[in-house]
Amino acid sequence: TLKLICTTTAVQRKNVGASGPEKYTEAFIKKQIEEFNLGKRHLANMMGEDPETFTQEDIDRAIAYLFPSGLFDKQARPMMKHPTEIFPEQRKIQWGEDGRPFHFLFYTGKQSYYSLMHETYEKLLNVQKYQDQLIAQDLPPKKEKKNLAGTRWLTKIELEEMLLEKLSDDDYLRFIQLLQKLMALPCGDTEEKYIEKFSREVPVQLQKVVIEPLKYDERGVAFSTGEGTRKTARATTVVYDNGTGKITVNGVSLLSYFPVLQDREQLLFPFQFLDKVGKHDMVCTVSGGGRSAQAGAIRLASAKALRSFVTEKEVEFMRQAGLLTPDPRVKERKKPGQEGARRKFTWKKR
Amino acid sequence: DDKLLAEPLSHPDFFNVKELFSLKDLFDARVHLGHKKGCRHRFMEPYIFGCRLDQDIIDLDQTMQHLQLALNFTAHIAYRKGIILFVSRKRQFCHLVEGTARDCGEYAHTRYWQGGLLTNSHVQFGSSVRLPDLIIFLSSLNNVFEPHVAIRDAAKMNIPTVGVVDTNCNPCLITYPIPGNDDSPTAMELYCKLFRMTIIRAKDKRRQTEVFNELQ
Repeated sequence: TLKLICTTTAVQRKNVGASGPEKYTEAFIKKQIEEFNLGKRHLANMMGEDPETFTQEDIDRAIAYLFPSGLFDKQARPMMKHPTEIFPEQRKIQWGEDGRPFHFLFYTGKQSYYSLMHETYEKLLNVQKYQDQLIAQDLPPKKEKKNLAGTRWLTKIELEEMLLEKLSDDDYLRFIQLLQKLMALPCGDTEEKYIEKFSREVPVQLQKVVIEPLKYDERGVAFSTGEGTRKTARATTVVYDNGTGKITVNGVSLLSYFPVLQDREQLLFPFQFLDKVGKHDMVCTVSGGGRSAQAGAIRLASAKALRSFVTEKEVEFMRQAGLLTPDPRVKERKKPGQEGARRKFTWKKR
Repeated sequence: DDKLLAEPLSHPDFFNVKELFSLKDLFDARVHLGHKKGCRHRFMEPYIFGCRLDQDIIDLDQTMQHLQLALNFTAHIAYRKGIILFVSRKRQFCHLVEGTARDCGEYAHTRYWQGGLLTNSHVQFGSSVRLPDLIIFLSSLNNVFEPHVAIRDAAKMNIPTVGVVDTNCNPCLITYPIPGNDDSPTAMELYCKLFRMTIIRAKDKRRQTEVFNELQ
């Protein structure tokens, strides 16, 4: 009889469609962890170091020494890491040995999301029942409105990370609407703890900007410093109180440094805005950039310095006038195939 | 082991499901109320007792027989450790059905049915999934008043189905239809209670017989 010794893999495997990403059992991951620990000790012995105090950095160095690789991508080089870092945190196989899935909503596809919806709806029903009980006993329902100013709901990406599942925009919206509905009712204490899991604090933006207090000179005159940039120019200024409006730039007077009226107007703008034209003295140093850029840099620096002399409301006015925002415009790079940043070469029909 | 599985099949009502419900229970839970005459499906005419003021009334004697057959069948499936999936697309009873499934230790799907769940399960879940051995429909229509896709898919995958069919539903592809109301809360609570009791009863019986056989 003739036997086929070599068969192609195409004959062995039937036309099975592509399955999803490989899922690992818990036993497999445990085995990988044991093998990793054993391998770590072997590696320490090989390198002549103490197996007890062999850290991850030592492992990385040892592997780089034993298996040198010139590949560009760091992820493509040989690495030895803890299995939890290599095998992505995904759900392990969802059913036991007899084939029965562990979760009762497994056959829906998105089991964690739907079980979350189920639990939240159950909380809602409990709150409504509690409310009905209170009404039956003729007690007024609690109306403690929780302050929502500093909190925000979880974003869709954060929720996906929490549930380890992909969500669609509609699903996310539905969940947020359910939470808002729950918040709208006069809630009990248990529900607040549950809702806290899905809300994050938002730090108030304005608190981050700290206005420095005034410093005092040897003569007793109040002054404050400020820094500003514009294109490539960097400027530092010191603004003194009880002055006559004298301005010194890089040791030279204003008129000789800035002969053009436009630059001098730029410098004057913050003082004009706060009606403090002849009241402050200014000493500044500036480097880099061109004529206009240096003027803009000093303007920003002086506005920042003036913040300390003025009330918070006026600081807000200055911010809205655009005096405190650094100008982000820089020179755009020249691209190949074009004459400048935007200008193209002359188009010739033939 | 063979005796364990063969013994229940010899009796017509091994799990005694008849005692769980009576005609009066069905009537009090308003199971006999159907939809209006204009909504009537052609294949539901044999199950309808009559029509009063344009509203169809379902014949409760036939419902009793069908319900007894269906409950007996689910009890046998639960006894043989089969996977049971509760399906319903009614939003009001979604929570109730999921709760019932959880109490029984079985599975539920009361959300949007993705097309390839049964027929494309290799891609959806993994290559070695175990599909449900019985699907119970507590409402066989979906939100657009069309027959639920799972009825057709279960017929394609050779999975037996039990379903509560109202006067506007198509009972054709369901193996054990139960003509009855699927809109009233009392009726749905009654069905959930009945299914829960049969499944728990069947599982307890299985555990008892296993322990009994081990002792012998």
